[in-house]
Amino acid sequence: MNAVIKFLKKPIASSLLAILVGFIVAAVVLAVAGYDPIGSFAALFQGALGKPKYIANVIIKATPILLTGVGVAFAFQTGLFNIGAEGQYIAATILSSIVGITLDLPAVLEIPLVILAGVAGGAALGAFIGFLKARFGIHEVITSIMTNWIMLYLCNFVVMSDAFHKPNSTSALPIHSSGYITILHEWKTTDAAVDALAGVPWLREALLKTDLNAGFIIAVLVAVAESILLARTKLGYELRAVGYNKDAALFAGIPVNRSIVLCMLISGAVCGLAGALNITGIAPHTITLLAAQEGYGFNGLSVAFIAGCSCVGCIPASLLFSGLIYGGMSVQQVMGAPSDIINIMIGTIVFFIALPAVTRRIAEWLERRQEAKAAAGDAALPGKEA
Amino acid sequence: MEVSSEYAVQMHGILKKFGAFTALDHVDLDVKRQTVHAILGENGAGKTTLMNILYGLYQADEGGVFINGEEAQITSPTEAIRRGIGMVHQHFMLVENFTVTENIILGDEVCGAAGVLDMKKAREEVLAISQEYGFDVDPDARIEDISVGMQQRVEILKALYRGAEILILDEPTAVLTPPEIEKLIEIMHDLTSKGKTIIIITHKLKEILESADECSIIRRGVYMGKVDVKESNETDLASRMVGRNVNLKVEKTKAHPGEVLLSIRRLTVADERGIDQVRELDLDVRSGEIVGLAGIDGNGQQELVDAICSLIKVKAGRIMVGGHEVQNTTPRNVFEHAVATIPSDRHRWGLVLPMMVEENTVLERHGEDLFGKGIMLDYDKLHEYTHTLVERFDIRPSGCEQERMSGLSGGNQQKAIIARQVSYVPDILIAFQPTRGLDVGAIEFVHKTLIAERDRGAAILLISYELDEVMDVSDTIDVIYHGKIVGSFEQGTVDEKELGLLMAGGGSQ
Ligand SMILES: Nc1ncnc2c1ncn2[C@@H]1O[C@H](COP(=O)(O)OP(=O)(O)OP(=O)(O)O)[C@@H](O)[C@H]1O
Ligand SMILES: [Mg+2]
Repeated sequence: MNAVIKFLKKPIASSLLAILVGFIVAAVVLAVAGYDPIGSFAALFQGALGKPKYIANVIIKATPILLTGVGVAFAFQTGLFNIGAEGQYIAATILSSIVGITLDLPAVLEIPLVILAGVAGGAALGAFIGFLKARFGIHEVITSIMTNWIMLYLCNFVVMSDAFHKPNSTSALPIHSSGYITILHEWKTTDAAVDALAGVPWLREALLKTDLNAGFIIAVLVAVAESILLARTKLGYELRAVGYNKDAALFAGIPVNRSIVLCMLISGAVCGLAGALNITGIAPHTITLLAAQEGYGFNGLSVAFIAGCSCVGCIPASLLFSGLIYGGMSVQQVMGAPSDIINIMIGTIVFFIALPAVTRRIAEWLERRQEAKAAAGDAALPGKEA
Repeated sequence: MEVSSEYAVQMHGILKKFGAFTALDHVDLDVKRQTVHAILGENGAGKTTLMNILYGLYQADEGGVFINGEEAQITSPTEAIRRGIGMVHQHFMLVENFTVTENIILGDEVCGAAGVLDMKKAREEVLAISQEYGFDVDPDARIEDISVGMQQRVEILKALYRGAEILILDEPTAVLTPPEIEKLIEIMHDLTSKGKTIIIITHKLKEILESADECSIIRRGVYMGKVDVKESNETDLASRMVGRNVNLKVEKTKAHPGEVLLSIRRLTVADERGIDQVRELDLDVRSGEIVGLAGIDGNGQQELVDAICSLIKVKAGRIMVGGHEVQNTTPRNVFEHAVATIPSDRHRWGLVLPMMVEENTVLERHGEDLFGKGIMLDYDKLHEYTHTLVERFDIRPSGCEQERMSGLSGGNQQKAIIARQVSYVPDILIAFQPTRGLDVGAIEFVHKTLIAERDRGAAILLISYELDEVMDVSDTIDVIYHGKIVGSFEQGTVDEKELGLLMAGGGSQ
């Protein structure tokens, strides 16, 4: 019981409880709509984890939202609300594509350059938002939303420009293949590979049927690095101090404006990395015309909140999120239930995450009940002796 | 003690724990009807916690609350208000750009037939209560335009408007000027004579003697009994509270001033609205002396300190620190010239409340190699360093290094700031209201610390709205009025009356 109480007081408990509530609400909605909840959940898990290929796809789809999630969580911990993750993501895809299309170098140079271009794009846009806040006091949410749209139209402009447009399509030219980070990209289509992989069917499936790439590993490393940066370095200390109390930080001689710009720069860089990895890791390896925002940034917000704004927490949260989205497609195929049900579920989870007070209450209630029991036990003892 | 309707409030055997820490250990409180009842205790003794329980903000783990002899389960402030309990918190909770009336009715609006807000009726009601108790507040004034004392009366009105019969005041005088305090005490007596009961928390013993009938004492969460105020005196109250004899008189040797370390010449500083608050001010502080700046709040003290710290730009004049001009630079630069400042508003300027105590003790110097080489911050070092400060400055509860700063009581937060600033071993120490909200024991400690710093050779500028403090601690007393020094005296060559006159603008100039 003590272990339970201790556990409930931890922040992670509220995340897990919210996930549970999300499943329950989804089950109720499914049942009311006339679908079998058990069957639907089975289809969900089957669709997310049933085959090596599915698992690979869940990981692939988790990569960008893990990074945008980390970007948002990082900014949030330093008191900034980076709703501009979407725009920073797009800025990165644009710059990565332009560099990747223009340059044709060996992979050892091409890959870092393409990725760096994207990261720089996201960082610059983030820093710009931070600068506007630090210099002119314009709230980052407003500038973020505006830059999101500016980036969307800039992306469409670049796609349609003569220099980059791929004729008869809605996308730009793909980047040179030396910039791809798909695992064993060249090798896996050769005969030797087909022979070698014949013996290991799961690996064959994961490699050949998906764009499995190194992105997720990079993203995990970044999440861990950001956590350490915040919790253990002098810079992270300053950023948090500014985030919690600007005035006290200023009074103590911490350069507040520089901190705000720096924080948004780092957050933007991480969101930019998400975009860069998508260009280098996933077909069609370029930008396409956007009718609406793709949601990588906004899903990052959800991931960050599910993770309780912990950078490392974003790792499981992004996998959960991507598993739900990807597996959710099977719910539609197998059960005929609309995949919107998954959105309801995610919405519910995010909603209940916002109620950490609930788990703390339960912990306190259990504690009191336990103490009452102990008191009653004490009272009972003399009775026994008599 | 029997439960009886003779008592407006009775709290019996109240136990409250925060985790493993016992904040209140079976505390009793019996408040007779129509009296002013003071609660006295050191910083962190649990006074605010006890009142928060009475007001329904916290729940006691054990114990009973009785209102007018009836057992009461107060689970929320709404419930407390329903039972006629009102509370004025130390930090006001008013909406700055609302009028007095709007603030008072907020959350308890008078509505007409169709649920439309009836401002006219509300205004009349507010005016009526204000007149009944002689508050003379203007119901149409905006909160941001009225003085702190007036704002506090608005808070009290707000409680009365909701039908409070029992009024809790948590450190109501900490932010008031002497005349405002007098007025408040007058109001308190008037309220009790009209049937109200008042519970007041204050660290100022004089005020207890002047205002209260009885005084309950809490020491480290334990109830130490209550005293009849008529039969007590300051020394008696202080020693009961601390558990040892407290020396209320500041003891110090003669100062041996050296060279001038802080020199201010013809300084003019405007506030954010562009109005000059400091006007051609000249001031010198020498090594080994304490210069006290006496003055009423709002005579340029805040702007002077902000200018010294380079938080705001000066319009004209020079601020010289050890021969270097530091005006219009950065707070960092000033700090690097060995100037340390104890700010007056600890929550706003002094602390990062959500961070740990050990993170707060290195706010200015976390970048030094002492706390980690290169980019990393060494938390073991922080812990060790903070531990010595906690011990040396008696910051309570001991072992609080890894607690959040927000969990410390107000007085202990202040001690943490003082510990931090003194630990920098500064050449110049600016102490702005350094004992605000501190108990007498802690005040004694702060004063001793300031004097020890002086004897070490630091130049100390003490700015305080408490005339007693300035007179007791300073070697030189300067009076500030309208942003100018209007008088300068050696300690002992001037009395309270003369200083008071100068502070109020009654100088010969
Ligand atoms: N929410 C909380 N969480 C943890 N500890 C707390 C909390 N509130 C109060 N405490 C602890 O309980 C003790 C009593 O605090 P309280 O604020 O009641 O003191 P106080 O008597 O009002 O002191 P002061 O005169 O300094 O205001 C302190 O040691 C404080 O650290
Ligand atoms: Mg208190």
